[in-house]
Amino acid sequence: MSSETVHAAHAPAPHAPERPSGLAGFFSDWGSDQRSFKSASWAKTMMWIFLVSDTFIFSCFLISYMTVRLSTTVEWPHPSEIFALEIGGKKIPLILIAIMTFDLITSSGTMALAVNAGYSKNRKLCAYLLWATAFFGAAFVGMQAFEWTKLIHEGVRPWANPFGAAQFGSSFFMITGFHGFHVSMGVLALLWFSRNVWIGLYESDKRGYFTGRVGTYDVVETLGLYWHFVDLVWVFIFAFFYLW
Amino acid sequence: MTATTEVSVGEAAHGHAASAKTAKPAAEAHGQQHPLKLYLLVWALLFILSTFSYLIDYFDLQGMTRWSLIILFMVLKAGFIVAIFMHMAWERLALVAAILLPPLALLVFIALMNFEGDYTNGAREAHFTPATLVSPPSKTAAPAHE
Repeated sequence: MSSETVHAAHAPAPHAPERPSGLAGFFSDWGSDQRSFKSASWAKTMMWIFLVSDTFIFSCFLISYMTVRLSTTVEWPHPSEIFALEIGGKKIPLILIAIMTFDLITSSGTMALAVNAGYSKNRKLCAYLLWATAFFGAAFVGMQAFEWTKLIHEGVRPWANPFGAAQFGSSFFMITGFHGFHVSMGVLALLWFSRNVWIGLYESDKRGYFTGRVGTYDVVETLGLYWHFVDLVWVFIFAFFYLW
Repeated sequence: MTATTEVSVGEAAHGHAASAKTAKPAAEAHGQQHPLKLYLLVWALLFILSTFSYLIDYFDLQGMTRWSLIILFMVLKAGFIVAIFMHMAWERLALVAAILLPPLALLVFIALMNFEGDYTNGAREAHFTPATLVSPPSKTAAPAHE
């Protein structure tokens, strides 16, 4: 079984008529009495469905944050000042969060390039880029740990804080904690799959222990979806929690 | 698209495969392989948009300007990530619709909780004196184990 056969598994037979595109394609795909997602492998489809459910989880956090912030009669603490850092004797507002944002975007970029390198069968470059992504992800988690430590030392707790509304602490720890957990899991996944790329697993005909399938570089794209999603969630957290 | 007739239908369904094959004969034609230049462009745009977002706070813009700019930069960044980095721009509409339409229900949820939050706030303003809510951040509120 070569990897060609595996590719053929999610591509229609050569003699099948060409599928329409656009809205006609939408109806034809869903009405085909077969699999509806013609352009995506099962793994990619399942990752997307997982990400939709994760979207709802993060949305629940952000919406409850909106609700408690709207309903409290106590003044909301100013994130701009709380997350300021003193650099060279000068207080720069929100600088740590800005650095974390740039760090995460950098990791998203290296991830996108890793997917590209994988599809070009550039095994080593793909592994290097995955390691770079894992490094930036780990750096993000490190900065978040620093931020948590700093806030805890300043007396911020899930039930109270010295700056204003008590709900600030619960929203902060819940939202950034859940996001940080996602990043941490992503780093572990990146390390695992970069190892697989490095040893050339996706260029061999070796079958997976659990799945019994031949691995392809599609795996890197699916992993990339998860990683980009983590960056995507941060875009919303940055906008609503830190900037608003 | 001169090679379209040569390329199998399976690859044509992948959208970009035909052009990828003609452009890069060495690489195996694959649905989600796109020019590096595009990734680098989007990467740069994300950096620029993030800088703009940060500058909103740095220059301490307030009111409608602040909120509309935050939303604008947020939506642009999210759009670029989903469309280019997550390849949604090249997927078939069946998948795009299945993934991107359900989250729109969240807008209803947001609207509902907006009413709810406003109502709770109004009830608190009307029926509780602020003094009972604003406890000074001292003995009771501040953590004892520091």
